[in-house]
Amino acid sequence: MKDFSDIKSQVKQVLEEVKDGVQLSDFWQKYLGKTGVISGLMKEMKSVPPEEKPTFGKAVNEVRVWAQELYNSKQSEIKEFELKKRYEREAVDVTMPALKRAPANLHPITLITQQMISVFAGMGFEVLEYPEIEDDDHNFTRLNVLKDHPSRDMQDTFWLTEDLLLRTHTSPGQIRTMDAEKPPIKVLVPGKVFRSDSDATHSPMFMQMEGLVVDKGITLCDLQGMLDRFVQQMFGSGTKTRLRPSYFPFTEPSVEVDVSCFECGGKGCSLCKGTGWIEVLGGGVVNKKVLENCNIDPEVYSGLAFGIGVERITMLKYGIPNMGMFFANDLDFLKQFKA
Amino acid sequence: MKILYSWLKDYVDIDCKPLELVDKLFGAGFEVEETIYLGQDIEKVVVGEVTSIEKYEGTHLYICHVDCGEFGADNLILTGADNVFKGAKVPAAVVGAKLPGGIEIAPRKMAGMMSYGMLCSGEELGVNDDWIKGADVHGILILPDSAKVGEDIKKTLDLDDYVFDISITANRPDCQSVLGIAREVAAFLGKPLKEPDYCFTRTEVTKPEISVTVDALDLCPRYLGDYIYEVKHFESPQWMKRRLSVCGFSAIDAIVDVTNYVLLEIGQPMHAYDLDTLDGKSILVRRANDGETIITLDEKERKLTRDNLLICDKVKGVGLAGIMGGLNSEIEVKTSEILLEAAKFRRDNVRKTSRALGLHTDAAARFEKGVDEYGVECGMKRALNLVEKLGIAKIGNSSFDVTAGEDKGEAKFDVTVTKINSVLGIDVPQSDIVRILKALQFGVEENGEMLSVTVPRWRTDVENYQDIAEEVIREYGYDHVVPRFLDSAKVTNGGLSFLQNKELSAKKYLCSQGFYEVRTLAMYSERELDMILLPKDAPERTAIRLLNPITDNLSIMRTVMSPCMINVIADNIKTDHSAGRFFEIANVYLPKSLPLTEQPEERKTLCIGVYGADESFFTLKETIEGFAATNGLTFRFERGECSYLHPGICADVICEGRKIGQLGKLRYEIVNELNIAEGKKSDLNIFLAELDYSVLESLYKREMKFTADNGKVKAKRDISLICDKKTLCVEIEDVIKAASEKAVDVKLIDSFESEKLGLGKKSLTFTITYAGAEDITDEIADSETENAANALNDKLGAVRRV
Repeated sequence: MKDFSDIKSQVKQVLEEVKDGVQLSDFWQKYLGKTGVISGLMKEMKSVPPEEKPTFGKAVNEVRVWAQELYNSKQSEIKEFELKKRYEREAVDVTMPALKRAPANLHPITLITQQMISVFAGMGFEVLEYPEIEDDDHNFTRLNVLKDHPSRDMQDTFWLTEDLLLRTHTSPGQIRTMDAEKPPIKVLVPGKVFRSDSDATHSPMFMQMEGLVVDKGITLCDLQGMLDRFVQQMFGSGTKTRLRPSYFPFTEPSVEVDVSCFECGGKGCSLCKGTGWIEVLGGGVVNKKVLENCNIDPEVYSGLAFGIGVERITMLKYGIPNMGMFFANDLDFLKQFKA
Repeated sequence: MKILYSWLKDYVDIDCKPLELVDKLFGAGFEVEETIYLGQDIEKVVVGEVTSIEKYEGTHLYICHVDCGEFGADNLILTGADNVFKGAKVPAAVVGAKLPGGIEIAPRKMAGMMSYGMLCSGEELGVNDDWIKGADVHGILILPDSAKVGEDIKKTLDLDDYVFDISITANRPDCQSVLGIAREVAAFLGKPLKEPDYCFTRTEVTKPEISVTVDALDLCPRYLGDYIYEVKHFESPQWMKRRLSVCGFSAIDAIVDVTNYVLLEIGQPMHAYDLDTLDGKSILVRRANDGETIITLDEKERKLTRDNLLICDKVKGVGLAGIMGGLNSEIEVKTSEILLEAAKFRRDNVRKTSRALGLHTDAAARFEKGVDEYGVECGMKRALNLVEKLGIAKIGNSSFDVTAGEDKGEAKFDVTVTKINSVLGIDVPQSDIVRILKALQFGVEENGEMLSVTVPRWRTDVENYQDIAEEVIREYGYDHVVPRFLDSAKVTNGGLSFLQNKELSAKKYLCSQGFYEVRTLAMYSERELDMILLPKDAPERTAIRLLNPITDNLSIMRTVMSPCMINVIADNIKTDHSAGRFFEIANVYLPKSLPLTEQPEERKTLCIGVYGADESFFTLKETIEGFAATNGLTFRFERGECSYLHPGICADVICEGRKIGQLGKLRYEIVNELNIAEGKKSDLNIFLAELDYSVLESLYKREMKFTADNGKVKAKRDISLICDKKTLCVEIEDVIKAASEKAVDVKLIDSFESEKLGLGKKSLTFTITYAGAEDITDEIADSETENAANALNDKLGAVRRV
């Protein structure tokens, strides 16, 4: 009985030398294809005695199955090898820069403005924007900053005509809001304001954010309670506020609001100049004359108002030493505020 | 305002340390901006007596033996000063002493001999002649014989004292004086206030010739004049000179010093006129005539207008009301009769005059903040008291009081404890409220919880319950406020509006594309308009001008943003950034007419600027198309023209039929003028876009609706054309869309130029997408494309390549 051992050893040897897909496909054609060596064995069936034919056929088939299995395993071996080769070939230096341009970011003033807005929005404050060019009436007179009063000197005003001016604060927003809406009022008025002043901590243009609440039973306690929440969200949950007397014509009592120093926790450091407190904003109980000027009855309603200097908060939060940097727009500066 | 600690103690028994007082003042609303210890940095400087002195031969020095009591009975000290003599009492800085300016005294060798200390001049100790006689001499300060050997010089010279520089808020003009601050101190320390002495005696002597008339009662509602005579001229006592000196006044002559002293003590500016120099012995307070002049005490001629208030005699101006006296009526050594003036001048008028003339004086500063008529009266009384007490002159019996009758005396109103507490939100007990008000010298009558309050005459700022509430909490303490989180307020809807949210997303989109947000000033100058080569008649030249700019560079409100962006780019080039992308959304200010009569349009504008080797017109256009797309808008670009953009690289941006702005490449002549190094200019690639953002806001879609695909078959066809080089892509798109209403999208996919195509020709290939209410069959697509090709040929002479 023919055991095809010569063919088997030939197949084995040839297959061992196969190194890639092309050679493998050559091998398949030569041995397993329709015209291949193993198919050729069947042609010898003619010369096999009839009684041996079944055995012969079975043996040829066993060779085919054996070779096919060998082929399959070689095939997967080569596939794996070639995939590995491809991966190696395609490997890149993953540390090379990806983007031609990295995404940019908002200006730090916008970042802090949005952060503050989101705190107050959560308390139910509506955000309103008003003209930057105002008249005397809205910027001063109806805010109880009367014509002959020295409080006008508190803010160096840029005048455009005898009546029109660049708003010196966002407080005209109080008047415009109360002219348009009746209590309950809870508004935030962010915007650019202008003062004739320019040095390391002053710019002729800067950003303020006015807040106004008018409702029944609003008191100084509400001002502090609300600002406590605000500073805790802006500066950290341990932050406290301190009120101290001040003067604004449109609030009475008026207060300066200090926060406990978020750098040293109140122990005293260079940021708070050793006092443990940092002045962050001014506010107070809305002066009844301002309510009356807007036809809101001070016997029924009372309010609180506050004004925050956004540049100041931004300088404090980000440790920016000079006001001028906000307007210099140098890329080295702008790039630092990824939020 | 400078307040001397020891001076305050004249009126209140202060029982706390100076630095505690600073804290208490702060708590009451008076921020001490600076606390100056007069003996700062002076240590171990004592009174010494020179027991012997001899010349150190061959040098300019003297060898002194100085008895410093417990600091050594025989200190050998060398000095170069030649005013020292045996028996002189001098300030001696012994070994280990410290002097201002970081000087520390150690034994040291001078010209070969050891010196164990230093004798001090007045200047080295920070004192002058007004402080102690002899301090200004060149040499060592010779102390009076009464000085105690071994005593700390700070005690001898009254240097153990403090000056508080206090900032006074605009509502408290009554606190612009030592007395005013003393009232507050007395209130918060709970101590009685010791009023200054206002007593004096008049003689029977009158001066009937004198007349005082006020023509402008609107600007001078109160004018007091008093006649004094037999005026003696001498130096004021040392204590007075010292106080004046600490507060920045030089001592001049006793009577002049008294007027300054009263200004500091009572807060009432005073003036003394030499009666001899007053023509007709009369005072007339009137508005100046336009063009009238006066020479003020500083010997400068001032040109006046009707807005200035002038103190005149019968023929001439003798003083600028509330600001400075006239040189012609100045007190001189020969002056024997004086008219003393204490008045209230209208604060805004003094302010205007003082500003207009650039003349800022201590008197003007007080008048500008406001004086009250009670202070006017007290000022005069106190001045006369001092005149008498110091023996300066006799006080005649001719006194004048002209009044507009404005002062209604003490204001009274009723307020309830409930109302006061409703402002504060806490329950301050009635007894505390009453105690506080009384300490502040308010009159209070209680009727149940109703308080009838009488306001002190100097407290013109107190008018209603809110003012009372502030007084109460100021004294009661802000630490009593209990934080409460808007307990009584209604719930309201907060947050950003639709447009505010859109603007924030617009900014974030631009950031995502690598654009940094910048902030530029809203003002610039005409130079910026010139820079962008705006024609003289361009509407952007109509800009709002500031009446009082701080600098010419910031003198008009911007009408166009691009100059700001160009400056941002130039600045970044200067700091060696080779590329950058920027944007800003801000207002331009467009007056309806000039001069301005109403609030102008504030037009929100988006300005974008890019530069760098990788940038091109199309990188910027990509961003702008993307910006439109993220907002659900479609922009159309057409060839445009703009004064500052490259004539061949400039596009108008059109949205829903309206031109909303333009983009393009910055003109080279502008690049050449930029203030940057020449070497950096050659291959600069700067592109700008400026869009009217307010129009975009009006076009943003507030609602979105889903549209289902109609399920009909669509088709795509490519069409290649050879056309004139000048033919615009948008023209071809327009013709295709006009030729076939089924052409829903036309997109350029390839373009090239080649000699083979012919001179002045180019090849463009578009993909056209067809869609419609019916299936687009191959036949339809082909025939539509055929139609398009024919139309392109007809209208643009474009030939289809096959």
